[in-house]
Amino acid sequence: MNALLQVEGLRLGYGRADVVHGIDLTVPRGRIVSLIGSNGAGKTTILRGLSGLMKPRGGHIRWGQDGADLAGEAAHRIARRGIVQVPEGRQVFANMTVAENLRLGAYHAPGAEAARRQEAVVARFPRLGERLSQQAGYLSGGEQQMLAMGRALMAEPVLLLLDEPSMGLAPLIVEEIFAIIAALRTEGRTILLVEQNASAALAIADDAYVLETGRIRLKGPAAEVARNPEVTAAYLGL
Amino acid sequence: MLEQQLVNGVVLGATYALFALGFTLMFGVMGVINLTYGVYFAVGAFAALWSTQALGLPIAAALPLGALIAGVIAVAIDTLLLTRLRKAKAPELASLMVTLGATLFLYAGMAASLGTEIRRFPAAVFDGGAYDLGAVRIGTTQILIFGAAVALVVALMALVRGSRLGLAIRAVAENPDAAALMGINGGLMLRVVSFLSGAIGGAAGVLVGLNFNAIQPFMGEHMMLRGFAVIIVGGLGDLRGALAAGLLLGFAEVLTAAYVSSTFKDLTAFALLVATLWFRPLGLFGRAAAKRA
Ligand SMILES: Nc1ncnc2c1ncn2[C@@H]1O[C@H](COP(=O)(O)OP(=O)(O)O)[C@@H](O)[C@H]1O
Ligand SMILES: [Mg+2]
Repeated sequence: MNALLQVEGLRLGYGRADVVHGIDLTVPRGRIVSLIGSNGAGKTTILRGLSGLMKPRGGHIRWGQDGADLAGEAAHRIARRGIVQVPEGRQVFANMTVAENLRLGAYHAPGAEAARRQEAVVARFPRLGERLSQQAGYLSGGEQQMLAMGRALMAEPVLLLLDEPSMGLAPLIVEEIFAIIAALRTEGRTILLVEQNASAALAIADDAYVLETGRIRLKGPAAEVARNPEVTAAYLGL
Repeated sequence: MLEQQLVNGVVLGATYALFALGFTLMFGVMGVINLTYGVYFAVGAFAALWSTQALGLPIAAALPLGALIAGVIAVAIDTLLLTRLRKAKAPELASLMVTLGATLFLYAGMAASLGTEIRRFPAAVFDGGAYDLGAVRIGTTQILIFGAAVALVVALMALVRGSRLGLAIRAVAENPDAAALMGINGGLMLRVVSFLSGAIGGAAGVLVGLNFNAIQPFMGEHMMLRGFAVIIVGGLGDLRGALAAGLLLGFAEVLTAAYVSSTFKDLTAFALLVATLWFRPLGLFGRAAAKRA
């Protein structure tokens, strides 16, 4: 198996309390892996650990062909390796324009290359194209989510980490967002998708992990996880 | 002699605007009020004085050298004092107190090693003469002060508002975590900002020192009071507001000194500050920041 990211025994916490208790997780190249779990399970904490915004308390984050250990590396370095996170709550630069937000996504690319990528992003999210000079803080929630994803795509990420892209959005917008995630999968992008919206996340994923209070409770092909009676009862509301 | 006072006001206002710009940049990006900023003002002035006296440099070379030295010291002090506090996400008050302590320490150190008597630039610095335009007399030094202040203001605004580096600096100021996710090295950007604002403060010190031809360690302390007035009047962290407020304060001081009394000059800044807080608490151009979603 061609693992792009291999997490072993990752431990994370705040203050004195551990919140993530040594999880293992594998993201194969070109796949969508979903990490589902209820509010407070530790999903965001895991993504922040992977992107370097939080320092792991233990374990390894092996990356790419050579299996370099990213645990403890600074966030900006991890981003430059191609691991790009779309954070929970979008975190767009509210005081800047849509165009400036996109430029920042491709910060390390030269201007001409950034312009080329911006065209591709605008083709994917036409609504951003109409609002390039608008201040990001005044966009609707759905538009901000698109901007956050577009900004991440500006970096041409090798691995995209999505933290609850559907949170707080109207059902139609959620459909739109998930259609774009599916399209990214078809184009061969690798995605680790964190969601509370378990049914949508399981429908789109190749593999799935179920997180409960900082531990992996279940894992396997997404279709199998979706059929698991415990999952149907607890997360799919069936 | 109103015309003459207006010319003097423009020149002084330009230096205040420059000073305010550096202070606002530091505050706006770092999010803490760094009281050591006044020290860089005095350091720049002393470094330029030293390079004209001891090295015999012309003022055109002493100005950038003074700015450079002040900038490097600003980076060193910020790294020493505030890096740990930032890492620990210490409350703003802790950072403010640390910079207050450092400021008192540094002023005392400068006073002890440099003395508190007022120093003056060598006469050769002012050799350029003056131009008479009708009733108005403009010294070449005044032209230099004004030209340098305007050039630095324009350069800094172009950097912050119009360059890729400036974009990264604004990103770090607004949301350090999101900026890191874009691959931007936040620590490096903070050092760049420390350097820029220290250098701007130092350059302002050189120019104000030239304008009044008076240099002493506590000149920065007096100036900080004006710095506060300017960032309050201009709006916290607002670069354009700082520019306008700096100019306004320069004019107000010159006119007060000319038509009221020079002893009232120092009251002007506070009158402006209090009036602004009273009538426009967000500053002259103050807008509430866009809501973060
Ligand atoms: N900044 C923080 N400080 C302390 N505890 C936190 C912080 N952020 C999250 N937690 C705790 O960590 C646990 C996991 O949170 P989180 O990773 O946000 O969960 P999820 O994303 O799955 O909803 C929760 O119990 C939460 O209360
Ligand atoms: Mg979360």
